[in-house]
Parts: sequence; structure tokens; C-alpha cells
Amino acid sequence: MAYNLILFYAFGAVAVAATVLVIAQSNPVYSVLLLIASFMALAGLYVLLDAPFVAVTQIIVYAGAIMVLFLFVVMLLNVPREEAVAGEIEAHESGSARAFGTLLTILMGVELAWALGSATRLGGRFAGGQRATAWTVREIGRILFTSYAFAFEATSVLILIAMIGAIALAGRHLAEKKPSPISHPQSPITAGSDKWPG
Amino acid sequence: MITPVLIAQLCIVGFVFFMLLNSAAVMVYVERKVAAKIQQRMGPWLVGYRGALQPLADIVKLMFKEELRPAAADGVLFALAPVISATAAFTAFSVVPFGAETTFFGLLDRPVPLQVADVNVAVLVVFAVTSMGVYGIVLAGWSSNSKYSLLGALRSSAQMISYELSYGLALASVLVLAGSMSLRDIVNAQAGAWFHVIPRWYLFLQPLGFFIYMTAGVAETNRAPFDFPEAEQELVAGYHTEYSSMSFAMFFMAEYINMVTVSAVATDLFLGGWHGPFLPEYLGWIWFLLKVSFLLFFYVWMRWTLPRYRYDQLMQFGWKVLLPLSVLNLLLTAAGVLYFGV
Amino acid sequence: MAGLNHYLALSGLLFGIGATGVVLRRNLITMLLSIEVMLNAVNLSFIAFGRFLGAPDGQIIVFFVVTVAAAEAAVGLAIVIALFRHVESLNPDSFRELKG
Repeated sequence: MAYNLILFYAFGAVAVAATVLVIAQSNPVYSVLLLIASFMALAGLYVLLDAPFVAVTQIIVYAGAIMVLFLFVVMLLNVPREEAVAGEIEAHESGSARAFGTLLTILMGVELAWALGSATRLGGRFAGGQRATAWTVREIGRILFTSYAFAFEATSVLILIAMIGAIALAGRHLAEKKPSPISHPQSPITAGSDKWPG
Repeated sequence: MITPVLIAQLCIVGFVFFMLLNSAAVMVYVERKVAAKIQQRMGPWLVGYRGALQPLADIVKLMFKEELRPAAADGVLFALAPVISATAAFTAFSVVPFGAETTFFGLLDRPVPLQVADVNVAVLVVFAVTSMGVYGIVLAGWSSNSKYSLLGALRSSAQMISYELSYGLALASVLVLAGSMSLRDIVNAQAGAWFHVIPRWYLFLQPLGFFIYMTAGVAETNRAPFDFPEAEQELVAGYHTEYSSMSFAMFFMAEYINMVTVSAVATDLFLGGWHGPFLPEYLGWIWFLLKVSFLLFFYVWMRWTLPRYRYDQLMQFGWKVLLPLSVLNLLLTAAGVLYFGV
Repeated sequence: MAGLNHYLALSGLLFGIGATGVVLRRNLITMLLSIEVMLNAVNLSFIAFGRFLGAPDGQIIVFFVVTVAAAEAAVGLAIVIALFRHVESLNPDSFRELKG
């Protein structure tokens, strides 16, 4: 099964290259597109891991919905370039903060290297538990709605809250621009509403 | 390792690609002819027999036109956008089956399915690839750096996201009914007839689902009466205002191929695919072609009959009518499947 | 045959790139994108573990992660829009006042 390894390296290389470019781009539109490329590569890896259902769901939800939302916001705000706040960055950067940040970075790098090292050693242990066939959608659905029923319901509540929150946060300016005279009876009379008894 | 089966499969891939390219040309001709008939005109007449070669002339004309690019456009994305649109349109058809398994009259040692790839999550693949098509439109609008293009693109992304929900829920009710995500399994579940008269199509079990699917499908393909991304009277040509020559042709082609895909998937999901009376199994693709042609004619007929909605009406309809209806449809279907144990 | 260690190494690499993006970049949208990268790296390791343990739970957790990511993106972008209306900037350093 050499082609499995070749495909892994191909998809992995695309994913890493695209992801590096995502954070190296100064134009958010390119970042969003490269992230989609990275999602595609990850979906390929999921298929290699016998999880085609997750692969397709990932493309539908991430690439098809969430990234369109990002693109929509980028286009709406229309600030393609990253700008520095002139003269303000140095103000809150002291030498100790810089040293602390460097230390944290080094620590994280060491931890990552350690984790990868132990993963390499652990790798062989799990070889026995593999299934010959992929999990079908039916099996996944059955487990999702029985063992994970509570988590499922909790996520649906989370989605509802997020929806209300997003509308409340982003749509607030509408309420500010057009104050209804009935809800603020004490407000001074504005031009054009002279019928309202002050 | 080259086996006869592999060669047959490669031939099917080439055949599907070729037929999709042709379908765009044929649809251009049909669209213009039907429009002419509806408006009591002759339509294309001069090139070929009754203007039958008109699409060919159009293609030649587009090929020799100059490829224009606005000076303020984003070069890379401007070139990439039509490619994304066309690729998504072609890819979506790859999982759609159009005929029963066949050995080509005994030429092959084992039967091959008449489709590019038999995937067990085919319905979701179609859904995912269709949702990729929106990037072509959005990027075209953004990279053109023109207000009409940008407005068209913003409208299109909002419209496609809104209608994708109803589209997905209509698909889900068929999945619940068939108990499978493979389009081939879904088609085979519709073989036969009730009382030897009514074909066992999901159209009769899912009339509401079919209505929702077709409505959302029209909105997804940006066709009239939901053609806001390219509303001529308001936005010049919408997202492809700045495009010319072959890159324009790619958008144009993608639109028609998307129509074909939506119709083909509707045929497989609701109209029993290649199953039908009178014809033997190996000629089933004729039934498939007839059903798809009917749906495509319906598309054209609708375009030249109905006026365009207002944009706020579109959003109201999508979120306040179609989405609740599709949720209701899914609930009823699930309850029915549980009760009758279909 | 790519083993579990291959996938975990890739996942760790992607997570590191995402974390770097959150720390280094001074653009709210890119920072949110980097968070998505990190979530995806975690998804990859979940699926890899699930595959090599022969358990479906890895895939199911990914569904929850994707759902939470969708909620996070919606709220995050709404906050970005609301902030942008106040300061006309996407640089997190320019949001240093608690009063709007």
C-alpha cells in the first residue's frame, strides 16, 4: 500500500504549504482561499483515514458555509491590508514582557517536539485495533443520537445562542440609528415628528 | 494495469465530460428557440438548419474576442474565478449515475456502473461541490473591482447560503426515505410500480420535497425568477460584468452545466432515474435523458414566463416560507418512515 | 501505509502554524482564521486516533468541533464587525478602551 503513503505526503504537503501561506498573507481574501485549499487537503486525508462522511461534512460546513461567511465579512469591511497602529505598539512592550514571550515560545516548541517524539514511539501500539471497513453513516448516526445525545442537544442550544448573539452584536446599529418614538417617550422631538406631543 | 473495465471507465469519464460540454451548447440553442417561440419570434435561423449551428458560431465568436481585464482588478483572482466556477460545475456531475450497470453486451467480464464514480456519500458530494461554486461567483465579483460585480457577488453569496439550507433539508428527506446516501441505491429503491400502474417514484411520496428541491435548485443556479446575481436591469450583468471572451464563456457554461446537474440529481432522487416502463434495463438511459430534458425545458419555460422577484421578497421567501416548509417536510417524512417502517 | 505517528506529526505541525498565526498576526480576521487552522489540526488527530483505535468516537467528536467552530466563527465575526464600526481598524492593538 505504498500509494497510501504517497497520498498522505501529497495531501500533507498541500495542507502545510497552504496553511503557512494563510498566516503569511497580508490580504485576507487570499488567506481565506488558501485556508479552503488546506481544508480540501485535510478532507483528502480524512478519506485516507476511512472517514468519507466527515470529509464531505467538513467541506460542506467549513468550506461551504463558514469560509463564505469570512469572505463576506472581508468584502463588507473592505480593508485588505494589515495596518500598524503607528507609535502605539512600543508603548506596552517592555523588556520583561518580551523575555516572557520568548520563553513561552521556546517552551511550546520544546513541548511540541516532545509530543511528536512520543507520538512516534506510540505509533506502533495501535496497529491492532483497526477496522477493515469504514464506519457507515448509519452507525455514526446511531451512536451520535444515543451515546452522545446530551452533547448533541447541548450543541444545538449553543448554536441557537450563537445565532441570537451574532444578530444582536452585528445588527445593533440598526436599532441605534432609528430610535422608535414610542419606546423613548422622553426623547426630544426630532425634525419631522412634530405630531408627537412633547 | 490496463483492463477492459478500466478502459470502459475512462471512456465513461470522457463521455460525461463531452456530453456536459455539449449540453451547454444545446441548452443555449434550446433556450433561445423556446424564448423566441414564447415571444412569437423565429429565434436563431441563419446558421445551419433553422439556426442549429448558432451555438458553434457563438463559441467561435467568443474565442476570437479580446480578453479584457480591468486595470484595477486583482489579476490572480480575476483569472481564477471562472476556473473555479467551471471546475465545480463539472465535478458535481461526477457522482451522478445515469444508467443501470452494464457489461456493454458482454464485452466486459464484470458490469460497470454508468457513472464516473460510485461514492457511498454521493448526495453529500453533490451538495459540497455545488456549495464550492459560490466561490467562483464571489471572487469574480470581488476581484473585478466594479460596483456592479461586487453587488452581484454579495447578492449571490447571501442567496446561495440562504437556499442551501432548504436544498439540504429536501435532500435529507429523500435520504431518510431511501436509507442510503448513494445515488445508485436511491434510484434502485424506486424501481417497479405500485399496483402495476403508478411508478414507485419518490415524487409521489415527497411532492413537497420535490417542490422545495426544485425551487432551491433554481435559486442555487441563479436562474430566473431568482437571477439576482446577474439582474440585467439593475446590475448590467452582475458578477461577470467585467468578463469577456472565453472567461465569460466559462461562467456561461458553468451556469448551464449546473442546471443539468440539478436536473439530473432531481431525476435520480425524485423521478426514479433510469427506471421507466416499456424500455429494457440497458436502454434505461433514454428514460433518464427524457426526464432530464423535461426538467431542463421546465427551467427555460419558467425563465421566460415568470418575472423576477424583489430581493427582499427572495430572502423573505427563503427564510420564512421555504425553510419552515422543508423542516416540516423532513419531520413528516421521518415520522412516516417510523410509523410505516418503509 | 501512513501510520498514526505520521498523522499526529502533521496535526502538531498544523497546530503550531495556527498558534503562530494567532500570536504573530495583527489582523483580527487572520487571527480568527488561524484559530480555525488550530481546530482543524485537532480534528485531524481525533480522526487519526479513531481510525487507529477502531472507534467511531473520533469522528463524532469532530462533528461537535465543527459545530462549535461554526458558532465561534459567527459570533467572532459579529464582534469584528461591531468593533470595526467603532474604530475603523482590524488591528487588535487599537482596541484598548473598554468604553465604546
